[in-house]
Amino acid sequence: MANDLVPIGQDRRAFVRQVTVQGRVIWALVLREIMTRYGRQNIGFLWLFVEPMLFTLVIAAIWTATKTIHGSDLPIIAFALTGYSALFLWRNLPNRCFGALESNKSLLFHRQVQIPDVYWARIILEVLAGTTSFVVLGIAFWSVELLLPPEDAFQVLGGWLLLAWFAVGLALVLGGLSEKYEVIAKLWPPMTYALLPFSGTAFIADALPPDAREIVLYLPMLNCVEIIREGWFGSKMTAYYDVGYVMVFNLLLTFAGLALVRQVGKGSDQE
Amino acid sequence: MIEVIDLVKVYPSNAGPRTILDGINMVVRPADRVGILGRNGAGKSTLVRMIAGAEAPTSGMVRRSMSVSWPLAFTGGFHGRLTGLDNLRFICRIYGSDFNAQLPFIEEFTELGSYLNEPVMSYSSGMRARLAFAVSMTIDFDCYLVDEVMAVGDESFRERCQYELFEKRKDKTLVMVSHSRGYLQANCNRFLLLRDGKIVEYADPDEAYWDYKRMLLGPKALEQRALAKAKAKDKPLLEAQTHDSDDM
Repeated sequence: MANDLVPIGQDRRAFVRQVTVQGRVIWALVLREIMTRYGRQNIGFLWLFVEPMLFTLVIAAIWTATKTIHGSDLPIIAFALTGYSALFLWRNLPNRCFGALESNKSLLFHRQVQIPDVYWARIILEVLAGTTSFVVLGIAFWSVELLLPPEDAFQVLGGWLLLAWFAVGLALVLGGLSEKYEVIAKLWPPMTYALLPFSGTAFIADALPPDAREIVLYLPMLNCVEIIREGWFGSKMTAYYDVGYVMVFNLLLTFAGLALVRQVGKGSDQE
Repeated sequence: MIEVIDLVKVYPSNAGPRTILDGINMVVRPADRVGILGRNGAGKSTLVRMIAGAEAPTSGMVRRSMSVSWPLAFTGGFHGRLTGLDNLRFICRIYGSDFNAQLPFIEEFTELGSYLNEPVMSYSSGMRARLAFAVSMTIDFDCYLVDEVMAVGDESFRERCQYELFEKRKDKTLVMVSHSRGYLQANCNRFLLLRDGKIVEYADPDEAYWDYKRMLLGPKALEQRALAKAKAKDKPLLEAQTHDSDDM
């Protein structure tokens, strides 16, 4: 499929054209995913907000009810919202990549639609969805005075981007592997349950004993959540993270993911 | 021009790797109308998909210096869960053409009416064929790849195809797979037979057809041919017609 349109490197204009075509294809795929997922007549779009909102409110209710026991003054809405939104990204991106190829196979008949485009479209859509949910709920809770705005919005953004990058790399790796080994798609949901208690969804690293903290901080998502939370309510907590570690981890993950996705479809038939 | 160079396609199967195409070489020049014959499973559709770039060859390559359509076939090209119109939107987006400008033609040509707002998976194969054909007509390809679809469809669809492809676009290139001799003979000027992973070109469409028949039926085909020839002497017109209907 590489012998498409124009050989790369022959001419800068040809390269620009290639990029334009690919951009067009990915955008068309994103719109087509929106069509089948959120559709015209279903309310799928609404669930994007309802689910994290319920989660946040339930956590906040439990926290408030047990106030006498823990006596902490952590801003609970900000804590739950950041925790859940982070979980949304690293859990859902890989899920969306499973079966992405199967459901778009028929569109590969169009030469300019390449296998990695299908993954990218789903990844882009899911990052947009997670970010929208995070931002909209943040504004909603803030507007009813349940939530204070971030102390350092840039740090929140930075942490969010780092987390999104991690989720993208993870999604590419697991998505690529799942085409070769079906079992990956089956194992990921139980894996997320196993990882969930350690990934900062419902705790901050400071609450752990130092030895345990050191171990769980090998999880990149926990580092990212710590960055985001420090940006939001850093004056109320002590954060633990290592940006360099997460970046190296992400970089390796992304390279592995890109390589795996490139291999997808090779040596197999399409129909 | 389309150049197919040493094209090989091997599929994995339960009985080990299976070579479907075994070193295909061919050149399609502008305004060629290539008809490809071959029995079921000979690799006709595979070849067309690779000419289209919809599938990667195991080795060899396809070089295209003209714009080539996607393979117009019963499967592929459309997303089953999207409506006909949403599929049209998608295709317009990836080929960079304007959806609204194409809509009237699609509505008129496909005669699908409100079905255009139903998911494509609910279409019959004739309806899919109409949509596929109409959508491909809205994009200005130099070469159309037609995998069977036009042979189905009703009389009126065939007539409209005839007009759009063979009259309005008679300077365009065409690569066509079909089992119907009449159809290929009427519309092609080159005839290829695909057998045992190789391609053989025939100058005379009759020769290609009878070789194809022989492949299907063995020696019986020779008798049939002799019979057909004898008959053709008596009633040439009628004979040509009966043949069209009974080849499959």
